[in-house]
Amino acid sequence: MSILVVAEHDGTRLKPGCLNTIAAARKIGGDITVLIVGHQAGAAASAAAKAEGVTKVLHADAPLYTIPTAEDLAALIVPLAKSYTHVLAAATGFGKNFMPRVAALLDVAQVSDISGVESPDTFVRPIYAGNALATVQSTDAIKIVTVRITAFDPVAEDGGNAPVESIDAGPDTGLTAVQGQELTKSARPELSAARIIVSGGRGMGSGDNFKILEELADKLNAAVGASRAAVDSGFVPNDYQVGQTGKIVAPELYIAVGISGAIQHLAGMKDSKVIVAINKDPEAPIFQVASYWIVDDLFKVVPELTKQLS
Amino acid sequence: MKVLVGVKRVVDANIKARVKSDGSGVETANVKMAMNPFCEIAVEQAVRMKEAGGVTEIVAVSIGAPQCQETLRTALAMGADRAILVETDQDVQPLAVAKVMKALCEKEMPGLVIMGKQAIDDDCNQSGQMLAALLNWPQAAFISKIEINGEVAQITREIDGGLEKLTTKVPLVVTTDLRLNEPRYVTLPNIMKAKKKPLENLKPDQLGVDVVARLKTLKVTEPPKRSAGVKVEDVAELVQKLKNEAKVI
Repeated sequence: MSILVVAEHDGTRLKPGCLNTIAAARKIGGDITVLIVGHQAGAAASAAAKAEGVTKVLHADAPLYTIPTAEDLAALIVPLAKSYTHVLAAATGFGKNFMPRVAALLDVAQVSDISGVESPDTFVRPIYAGNALATVQSTDAIKIVTVRITAFDPVAEDGGNAPVESIDAGPDTGLTAVQGQELTKSARPELSAARIIVSGGRGMGSGDNFKILEELADKLNAAVGASRAAVDSGFVPNDYQVGQTGKIVAPELYIAVGISGAIQHLAGMKDSKVIVAINKDPEAPIFQVASYWIVDDLFKVVPELTKQLS
Repeated sequence: MKVLVGVKRVVDANIKARVKSDGSGVETANVKMAMNPFCEIAVEQAVRMKEAGGVTEIVAVSIGAPQCQETLRTALAMGADRAILVETDQDVQPLAVAKVMKALCEKEMPGLVIMGKQAIDDDCNQSGQMLAALLNWPQAAFISKIEINGEVAQITREIDGGLEKLTTKVPLVVTTDLRLNEPRYVTLPNIMKAKKKPLENLKPDQLGVDVVARLKTLKVTEPPKRSAGVKVEDVAELVQKLKNEAKVI
């Protein structure tokens, strides 16, 4: 087996999910090549070379890849993929965007969002918002796979010493032009990497009320998330969304505040190690997955919790 | 400009899926079905663009069992002009969906294809990107805003950590994210009108498309259950449990 892992990075460092994706590749077994696509991303390539279990790093560097588009990534990866049995990427916004394009151009299926590896051609993946687990076998020659990063423990950041090989950039497809990105600036940890997450739902009542969650989050060095209902209501931006159609998280501690626990939200957080639910409705379905819960007014409980943690 | 919209019939979002006792899949018999929520957003977007001018015709497409006609009628009641059902009893996987849609695009020549970013049954998140690849068209996945002026589309799409702005030329394929719009409710008069709108029935082989599944589902199981939790009476007890029992703070 030979596996190509397409890495997400910020030019300097690997994104946290990369090390989990490499871990999934190790479960499949065989040589692991990490592909770094970027502009002036040598530091990210060096970081990939140090990761545990990596055999080789391929580095494509060009101004074209400052913010690579799905079209240009696919144009680069498709010819490379023919030398591998598997192509893997994290099932994040990055991987979800270009991997299906790679699969279609190779005329193979994609196995999305795997949570387990049974054998090199057989994978487990959650379906129906995680209410069922499907074991699927790919019959294609090249397996295109995206990885649920919370389902695999990351490999070590250090310990490897893989050679880095520069490769030529692929064509500029010119199909889309990125005008820019507007990233939420926050001193708090990223949702997908946080050890603790404090999330708010419709019960928060307004975006302003998220302030009390931010105060609690700052006390715990936690990330702030939200349910789809809170995003739908316009309280917070969509990148806060935890759930089937948002981010899938599994932190050490997940504190759900004013979240009823719709199927689609539970899908995104029920693998968290410890879940705390705060809700005034004693019948809230969130309590079915909670490790600890309090039935009370969140506007009383949350400030009190912040105070007691001081 | 003509717009093609994909709509999928799925188990209703409010119903908790149950695994069949023989492990062959998820129970769909006698279960309430509905249009996939992201496909509703896709239809709504097409209708709003038509209402704003610039879009001349909306064609809704569904692929699957004869009952997908009901989903197409909903799309027609929301404001689509006509519908195409590509009927098959196969398990139609994303690559096959993309191939069927490609064949229809070559026939219908739309300027824009709108699809949901993800179906809430198989949670694949693939078909739109695959269709764009097969057509060699631009793709804009997970969009929260779209404006088309003449040949140029200005897109805002959701990415991890924020937003990305793209410019592309038509024709293109977009997939919808949550904040693009809030779909309208269908009204009774519109449901009645929808019954008179044309619905064409095709088979995959009439389009020259092979829809055979590439992934074999070996088994479907229930996820492991979480162990039962406990109710705590106050914040002091919670803090004590988190510190001493769970040891997470």
